[in-house]
Amino acid sequence: MIVVFVESWNNQFKKASFEAVSYARSWANTTGCGVRAITSASAENANQLAQYGADEIATLELAKTGAGIGAQLAGLVGDAQGIVVAGTAMGKIIAPTLAALSNGALSTNTTNTPSSTSPVIVERGAFSSKGIETISLNNGLPIISFVPNAIGIKEEAGAGAMSTAESAGSDMLNVDEVSVASGKVALPEAEIVVSAGRGLKGPENWGMIEELANVLGAATACSKPVSDIGWRPHSEHVGQTGIQVNPNLYIAVGISGAIQHLAGVSASKTIVAINTDPEAPFFKAADYGIVGDAFEVIPQLIEELRAFKAAN
Amino acid sequence: MNILVCISHVPDTTAKINFTADGSAFDPLGVQFVINPYDEFGLTKALHIKEAQGATITVLNVGGPETEPTLRKAMAIGADQAIRLNATPTDAITVAKSIKNHIQANTYDLIICGQESIDYNGQQVPAMVAAFLDLPFVNACVGLDINGDTATAKAEIDGGHTTYSCSLPMVVGGKKGLVEEKDLRIPNMRGIMTARTKPLIVEEGEGGGHTAAVSFAKPAAKSAVKLVPADQVNELVRMLHEESKSI
Repeated sequence: MIVVFVESWNNQFKKASFEAVSYARSWANTTGCGVRAITSASAENANQLAQYGADEIATLELAKTGAGIGAQLAGLVGDAQGIVVAGTAMGKIIAPTLAALSNGALSTNTTNTPSSTSPVIVERGAFSSKGIETISLNNGLPIISFVPNAIGIKEEAGAGAMSTAESAGSDMLNVDEVSVASGKVALPEAEIVVSAGRGLKGPENWGMIEELANVLGAATACSKPVSDIGWRPHSEHVGQTGIQVNPNLYIAVGISGAIQHLAGVSASKTIVAINTDPEAPFFKAADYGIVGDAFEVIPQLIEELRAFKAAN
Repeated sequence: MNILVCISHVPDTTAKINFTADGSAFDPLGVQFVINPYDEFGLTKALHIKEAQGATITVLNVGGPETEPTLRKAMAIGADQAIRLNATPTDAITVAKSIKNHIQANTYDLIICGQESIDYNGQQVPAMVAAFLDLPFVNACVGLDINGDTATAKAEIDGGHTTYSCSLPMVVGGKKGLVEEKDLRIPNMRGIMTARTKPLIVEEGEGGGHTAAVSFAKPAAKSAVKLVPADQVNELVRMLHEESKSI
């Protein structure tokens, strides 16, 4: 059995939730076993996980913190042949906690499904996207935390038998306050990211970036200098020491493309760079580029995209 | 108060990353090593706590003798002593076990790690240390206030923030926000001189490993950028739709 932890947010599943089940299904198919999904008792319509390949769906009252959930999972792994967790903010705590408590073999930042299953061999991002490491999970329960959006969702029917589970695992932190921006696309899971840098000349000029993001249903991001001087919040800083993203489309406006910035975005499937400087390093990392003034190009791009969206 | 800051010895952020000819390992030839940037925010936070309320700061690295200059640099910035757990850091769980053993044999009120190292990007060690020791853990920590024997910590979550509180000791996986970029310190001459006489203690770390690197490769090179004239933005929209299928 491959056991997959399926996260929910405000009782709803997101893309990464279904992708986790798809990942587990793919792994289980190569070893010829089933998939057991474990999720919160408060998640709505948990039975829909069967559409992505869950043979068993066990629900339980979850702890509030990643460490608490990791401890609960350690009590539920039983005779599992492998564990899958999506590499969300919460998953990045759950997976190593579980690995420590079960003395497992963990790969984080994983970018593909196992190419071999005995031992489990996978690829993972290393050196801040400047390298790809092939890693072998040799000793202990194999645990895989994958990069959301790395393998995508695949529908495949599973038996979907529902059950309830119980496992102890207490939170050692008090959760005093949770604040999640509403109406905005969260950066780590965005399919399209619109990012801007010092080329925009000042925080007052971000209106057109937000408008462009709005038209595309994209998240907004920024370069490190822009967050360091306070034009934009740190939570938007994309790069080696900020958030690492791998959207389908990354649009960089007025960002030169320092090696540290590229390290955070180079996993994006398609990159567009817009910059006045034809020598900007970003053009070497981009698929498409426009050498031009953002203040002229972006309003045109917004207009063209509106026309495109209206026609498609 | 005793603060332990765990430090990774990593290639500089601007370093070109190369692998050995057989692809079996990272090639350190010609690479400058630095304190892992995430850990540097944690070290600076520890200095702020020391200056505000008094503390002894111990920095720790799991690695071979080649990492000692990085520990000396941390002491030049202001740490009081350094521990090197002598071991080859094969994987996160082995590193975390070494750190756990050291913590169990000593007394620390606060353990600060960077949320990840910029070389192997595991983001595993801090959570594992906390799990082994049954201590409260805050990852992606962007704000920390210590009040006596309790702490309030702000953490990034997907799309927002959470504020936690707990009693000490605790483990933090920190990042920028613990302190700001402008707060980072460059060692001065006096710091460098005093660091030479501060204690650097070597203890034995754990061996073995649960995972092993099979090989390394560089990402496939991008094909040349397709430039679109600035007055033909519609062409870019067409290519994003028809060629790359991004929209």
